[in-house]
Amino acid sequence: MSLLLAVVVAVLFAAGTWLLLQRRLTRIVIGIGLLGHGANLLLVTSGGRAGRSPVLDGTVGDPAQYSDPLPQALALTAIVITFGVTAFLLALGYRSWQINRDDKVEDDIEDRLVSRRHRTDGPEGPIDDGDPDTSEFEVGEGQVS
Amino acid sequence: MNTSLLAVPVVAPILGAAITVLVGVRRELQRVVTVAVLSVMVVVAALLLARVDEHGHLVARAGGWTAPLGITLVVDRFAAIMLLVSTIVLLIVAVYAMGQAGEERERVSFHPLYLVLAAGVSTSFVTGDLFNLFVAFEMMLAASYVLITLGGRPDQVRAGMTYVVISLVASTLFITTLALLYAATGTVNMADLAIRLGEVDPALRHGFSVMLLIVFGIKAGLFPLFFWLPDSYPTAPGPVTAIFAGLLTKVGVYAIVRTQTLMFPPGRGGADWGDDLLLWVAGATMVVGVIGAIAQDDMKRILAFHIISQIGYMIMGLGLFTVAGVAAAVFYVIHHIVVKTALFLVAGLVDRRAGTSRLSSVGGLVRTAPVIAALFAVPALSLAGLPPFSGFLAKFSLTDAGLASSSHAIVAVGLGVGLFTLFSMTKIWTGVFWGDPDTVPERTPQTDDRFGGPLPMVLATLCLVAVSVVFSLWAGPIHELSQRAAVDLLDSTGYIEAVLGGGAP
Repeated sequence: MSLLLAVVVAVLFAAGTWLLLQRRLTRIVIGIGLLGHGANLLLVTSGGRAGRSPVLDGTVGDPAQYSDPLPQALALTAIVITFGVTAFLLALGYRSWQINRDDKVEDDIEDRLVSRRHRTDGPEGPIDDGDPDTSEFEVGEGQVS
Repeated sequence: MNTSLLAVPVVAPILGAAITVLVGVRRELQRVVTVAVLSVMVVVAALLLARVDEHGHLVARAGGWTAPLGITLVVDRFAAIMLLVSTIVLLIVAVYAMGQAGEERERVSFHPLYLVLAAGVSTSFVTGDLFNLFVAFEMMLAASYVLITLGGRPDQVRAGMTYVVISLVASTLFITTLALLYAATGTVNMADLAIRLGEVDPALRHGFSVMLLIVFGIKAGLFPLFFWLPDSYPTAPGPVTAIFAGLLTKVGVYAIVRTQTLMFPPGRGGADWGDDLLLWVAGATMVVGVIGAIAQDDMKRILAFHIISQIGYMIMGLGLFTVAGVAAAVFYVIHHIVVKTALFLVAGLVDRRAGTSRLSSVGGLVRTAPVIAALFAVPALSLAGLPPFSGFLAKFSLTDAGLASSSHAIVAVGLGVGLFTLFSMTKIWTGVFWGDPDTVPERTPQTDDRFGGPLPMVLATLCLVAVSVVFSLWAGPIHELSQRAAVDLLDSTGYIEAVLGGGAP
């Protein structure tokens, strides 16, 4: 049984990693989800053999018969966190689609500028086109106090 | 003793966050709550540092459960120092954010998020449980995801994606490592792990050591794992970038120092190649960071690349694994938190004043805004390591430690990188503060031009610069304190006994 779980974990990790390397955010989100499932499953598996549910119901037996509750608690915490962050990532993807009508993860603007400067002109060449406004302020921003 | 004090850095900001949500529409009330909570945290952190420095480790057991079962909160000297410095920086940046027309004013969510971030940062410092550290990281990161995209501008969304995805990958790796650690040892308590890891196969231990190094290295921005950092940090609102630059990567460094010294000390069955690995990583981080900075044209991005190269120095101190080396690393971390945050606050002032922080479009600020120029000069020279500023003292003790353990190559790399850092700072200085003011776009003069910006922003920056000057004035006592912290770190028996010994809470 443990071997089956190990194989499932491996498949989840492999598929998750492959999806993570794609350029579209939707695929990346699914990839993150798969990776998260894989990690959580691994966490549960790390508790060792499955046993009786870890609730003391009066029929006190050998403690070794119960399964380990700690990894389950940890996995529960991790699942909640993964869930919340995945929801945020989806919202981010939606926002990206609103702005660009696309959910492709783009290269960094500055990186593109730096590499273009290297390609096209000398050491002091100004960047005359596509100069992005990286400021969070409007020029001549109004009265502030 | 009064261990309930220990819960304050964890509980207070969370409570504060809840209250700021409840009083959402009343911005003044939110501000009062934020400043009050952070001030309380500064006081508590100072008290904790004083206590810990006198009496040794302070341990609190959550819910009264004894050590390997329940979550323990532990403060030793290193944690207390980090807690104090980070809460001071959080408080000052909060004041700065209030002076700025921006996200803090427009959005109800700024204050709660900021406090959750504070909770995550301080919990990571005081926790003695590896899974709790994961939860603290997630608290901090979840808040940072929202803060970095606050405003929803296109470049923020783009940068936010990279940031969120890379952080999530790191978190998933963290869970994976935790699962494997639990399978191998049956515990997630750090002190307990320190003992039980001594019993597992050395090869397995190396593996865990490297996996944790990768997990925290992504957060800290170590050499092969740094690429996300300069892309994502500069797009956030000014004060948010400052706090990210100052604190978040340093939480990663803290976690690296804590886990490597406590759980994987050298000399216990050969983490020997691990030490060299750390030094190689440190050297590469320094060099790549500083070279990346040279190519940039934006003040914030230059500074962001310098975060990376500075992280290299801290890891170098750890990699030496001597008392002098780790002490230098501790000193370097606290110096860097203050100086880097101050530089980003100045970048925010420049951005506000000139409408951009691109070197090619700003100029002549030394005449039009001399206050900003002065505020930049001190931390910039400190970062480059010029005497008499704190950066010089940090680099000096690091170099001294490196020479003492005859690691000449890494010392040479460190000094060379220092030279390039100076070059970068000069580049910002000539680009932003000298030159022709004509290149600055037309703008309407404002009443606060005399100071270079709104008073709270300038005063907050001034406070932080003053703190960095205090570091160089009190360098002796502070360095002795980091020395004591380093002794604690390298001899983990005190930590382990404090957590596991003692029995009843």
